[in-house]
Amino acid sequence: MNDHVERMVLQGKVDLPFTYSAGKTASRFFVELRDHQRIMGKRCPRCQRVIVPAQLFCKECFVETDEWVEVGPEGTLVTFTIVYRKENHHPKEAPFAYGIIKLDGADTSMVHFLGETDVTKLEHGMKVRAFFSEERKGHILDIECFRPIS
Amino acid sequence: MNPHVAVIGVSQTRFEADKGYEAIIETVFKVVREAMRDAGINRDDLDSIVTSSVDLWDGRTASNQMLTDVVGSIMKPESRVAGDGLGAVFQGMMAILAGASEITLVVSQCRGSMGDHYEISNWVFDPIYQQTLGLDYLSAGALQANHYMKQFGISQKECARVVVKNLRDAQNNPYAQVAREATVAEVMDSPMWAYPIKEMDAAPISDGACAIILASQEEGKALSKNPVWILGAGSCLDSHYLGDRDLTGGDALIRASEKAYAMAGIRDPLKELDVAEVSAAFSYQELLWTELMGFCGRGEGAKILQEGVTSMGGVLPVNPSGGMIAGNPVTVAGLTRLVEAVLQVRGEGEARQVRGARRALAHGTTGCCGQGQYVMIVGN
Repeated sequence: MNDHVERMVLQGKVDLPFTYSAGKTASRFFVELRDHQRIMGKRCPRCQRVIVPAQLFCKECFVETDEWVEVGPEGTLVTFTIVYRKENHHPKEAPFAYGIIKLDGADTSMVHFLGETDVTKLEHGMKVRAFFSEERKGHILDIECFRPIS
Repeated sequence: MNPHVAVIGVSQTRFEADKGYEAIIETVFKVVREAMRDAGINRDDLDSIVTSSVDLWDGRTASNQMLTDVVGSIMKPESRVAGDGLGAVFQGMMAILAGASEITLVVSQCRGSMGDHYEISNWVFDPIYQQTLGLDYLSAGALQANHYMKQFGISQKECARVVVKNLRDAQNNPYAQVAREATVAEVMDSPMWAYPIKEMDAAPISDGACAIILASQEEGKALSKNPVWILGAGSCLDSHYLGDRDLTGGDALIRASEKAYAMAGIRDPLKELDVAEVSAAFSYQELLWTELMGFCGRGEGAKILQEGVTSMGGVLPVNPSGGMIAGNPVTVAGLTRLVEAVLQVRGEGEARQVRGARRALAHGTTGCCGQGQYVMIVGN
């Protein structure tokens, strides 16, 4: 029997709108970004860790965080990458950079953009500072990026 | 220890960049049929079925429903793991250990060619704090790679040696998608995708499927002259948010492997294991995972590779199949590692056989940067 058949394919597309609720904790985090250009964490009443971005609970102690604490806007660069491969889902054109940043006063780190794409100008452990977007909407992108402090 | 669950049948497809010449159910039918033939059983013998796949990679939702007929589940209990196939094996084991099933089929399938792999992986991230940043498996992996390499002074060339080893050994694997002689220079010259990960450091995007048949102790002995036993198994999860994880500390994998070793009575994995199949989607991960599983000290993954410890003929060959660098259907990868481990213990590894292999490790991960970790030890 001849196994060869003309190959048929069908084109599809998943294009479905969603509305995600940020929830009480992240909503307040976003309002603080938008209205006061402040980055907020929440402290665990048991282990005293300040969790950033703010979370409802401490995953280790498994209790609700209670105290709101302002952190940064300066911090330390834990690690970074510069993305060169272009993708549809990128919010900005490659090359651009991501960093994991431990903000001053925080016990966890946050992931965000870096405003520097020259690999020779980025170093683990360097100090960076948050820069806020001019037009802020109550969103993680209200932080434009973190830039090295020279 | 007295093992309770046997692997009595295994099967895998060839990994390919595009299996569009057949439908998903055609691929899965062949792989399930072959696993049943290998185990010497029929559909009637199956008590339960576990599948592993992820909806967006299938281009639909509740996508396991399209598999019900073709995995033999009609009028039988079936559950589904939306994650790595080695994780699905834990579900299959549980059904047997609970006494609810004597013979269980575990199947994983994925078709990376259907969509955009890295774009789909962006949907893995939480929509509140991470997804809109455009993160995906590549950029998250690059953050982990750069952290690990800085912390332990690992060079890009040392990572490139993982690629050279795996592509070379993949030539012995008839199921490999990518297999050839490559050089460190070639890897270094491949386009930088996300610093420090280059195109050749990344596993290819693949189509493929894999199936195994698990059996209880009684059925394993009855159906198989020489069953392969699951001697140890451990799984562990880390946090989702990238900033709230120690990306190089790897506690999840340390715990998963220690659990598996304790069950299997292994104290020194380097000496007591004969072969390891490790799920590394990027070259640096093979070095990092081998350290975390205790094959060497922290920061020494590249050193033991350079010394040939993890090469064919070494003390503990890692990925004689070529690993994920040779083929990487999402979720199938971990189950493939178990299939390869079983073939090694059976002595059926053909050109990639590690001589005299009696105890083999299979490792799987799920999520980005190894958020979920699975380790199994199999042996005679």
